[in-house]
Amino acid sequence: MKILVAVKRVIDYNVQVRVKEDNTGVVTDNVKMSTNPPDDNAVEEAVKIKESGKAKEIVAITVGEEKAQETVRKALAVGADRGIHVKVDGVIEPLAVSKILQKIVDKEKPDLVFMGKQAIDDDCNQTGQMLAALLNWPQATFASKIEVKDKTLEVTREVDEGLETIEVNVPAIITCDLRLNEPRYASLPNIMKAKKKPIEQINAADLGIDTKPRIDQIKVEEPPKRKAGIKVANVEELVQKLKNEAKVI
Amino acid sequence: MSSLLIAEHNNKEVKPFTLNAITAASQIDPDLHVLVLGHNSETVAKSISEIPNVKKVIHVDNEIYNNYIAENFTSAVVKHAENYSHIICSANTFGKNLMPRIAALLDISQVSDIIKVISADTFLRPIYAGNAFATVKSNDAKKCITIRPTSFEPAETSGGSAEIVKGDAGEQSNHTKFIKKEEIKSDRPELGTARIVISGGRGMQSGENFKLIQDVADKLNAAIGASRAAVDAGYITNDHQVGQTGKVVVPDLYIAVGISGAIQHLAGMKESKIIVAINKDGEAPIFSVADYGLEADLFDALPKFLAELNKLNTIQK
Repeated sequence: MKILVAVKRVIDYNVQVRVKEDNTGVVTDNVKMSTNPPDDNAVEEAVKIKESGKAKEIVAITVGEEKAQETVRKALAVGADRGIHVKVDGVIEPLAVSKILQKIVDKEKPDLVFMGKQAIDDDCNQTGQMLAALLNWPQATFASKIEVKDKTLEVTREVDEGLETIEVNVPAIITCDLRLNEPRYASLPNIMKAKKKPIEQINAADLGIDTKPRIDQIKVEEPPKRKAGIKVANVEELVQKLKNEAKVI
Repeated sequence: MSSLLIAEHNNKEVKPFTLNAITAASQIDPDLHVLVLGHNSETVAKSISEIPNVKKVIHVDNEIYNNYIAENFTSAVVKHAENYSHIICSANTFGKNLMPRIAALLDISQVSDIIKVISADTFLRPIYAGNAFATVKSNDAKKCITIRPTSFEPAETSGGSAEIVKGDAGEQSNHTKFIKKEEIKSDRPELGTARIVISGGRGMQSGENFKLIQDVADKLNAAIGASRAAVDAGYITNDHQVGQTGKVVVPDLYIAVGISGAIQHLAGMKESKIIVAINKDGEAPIFSVADYGLEADLFDALPKFLAELNKLNTIQK
């Protein structure tokens, strides 16, 4: 099997995000960037499947500006075989990303496409499902366990009520939950080796996809701040406040 | 034009988040139609027809909708989408799984997880796990919208009498098969809709110590939550997780015990009406969002808290 894994470069999850003073977005200059966390789980799962002998090749792909390539390089360092970077500058919405990925799938013909269930920047949770629709492939979203069978996958999904298990035929799209696995760190020798692995550069414009956003971001604001609370001295005071001041018990 | 909302249900009852989504949908467009895709689901169609905000119910009853498979639902929704300006559903795992598949086939750039309706094409939505709010305007002719349920009150469920019409089923996908659903049953209120939530974090130190949380939860008729750290440490199962990757809760009272207040946890609870933090580290970030902070050892404070609650003659249920 051949697995295509999509990764996205986002503000690192440990960074306290700040809104720009002119309300046009959030501050990204001089801010640490990393791979979107559940995309790391997607890469890890692909590598594990390859290590188990059930996959032959892993191709890592990202769509974004020049520096987005770092995320592909990181995937190569933990076990992907080669990379693809589709270059686009500026805002690109999940619909356009999924159309780009569709073109790449048509060319690469993978059996599986893995990606994180959601990007922690725009929090859209759309790309995997959209790609599945465009390809008319089955989708298994929010995967917390994947069992590779002959021509199918059995996938356990995290849903509101608990866990759901479905079986999807290959080819399929899987979006990965953080609980799927524990992503490994790249070793120094593997980071060095990854520098020699090829990354193919493609301009989004050459794929003939219109990436113009369909949604205007009118403004970005700080969420309303909670008014500063108080510290209570002891449990008695806490219960008294909850009862008589907040009136919630 | 009218709006079309896709209902979530189990063929017997409507799921609560659909009621919140109905409130938001009728703010977008009062002429709200609801699509019920199910099997032997007459009672669901009937109960939705009694919601005053609903103007029409389109009921498609077919065995392919016995279990929820996004591929099967998508085909039916696309078939019914033509005469609607907005396609809407709740932004829980049901709607998150379904709506992008519909949007892509309709060539619409979806607006996910809105928390406020500003106008029929402009919405407020959280980004970066709620650390920023974006006002966005959709320029597609038809719009696909998902609703964050906890940001809208549930719709009234009686007094209406919308017409129920039968609709056609869509295609069946033979590439996806439902195998099983393991629902986690509990006598407690559901985390997503409970009036009071008490959550434990890494400070609980073990799964056994969650007994202290359970005792208080029993007294207050509260749901039990947990931070990701507590779930990852194996103290409690992941269906209790509150946060960016778990559930977003907005109870009247949220009690955070032994939780430091990582950004991703705050994203899941900071809209709660009243927040209490009990933590022995006075510098813990959780105190910056707490209305009432108690700097104390939780192993000392929780039994005392329960004892004080027991002294009260009345506890609101």
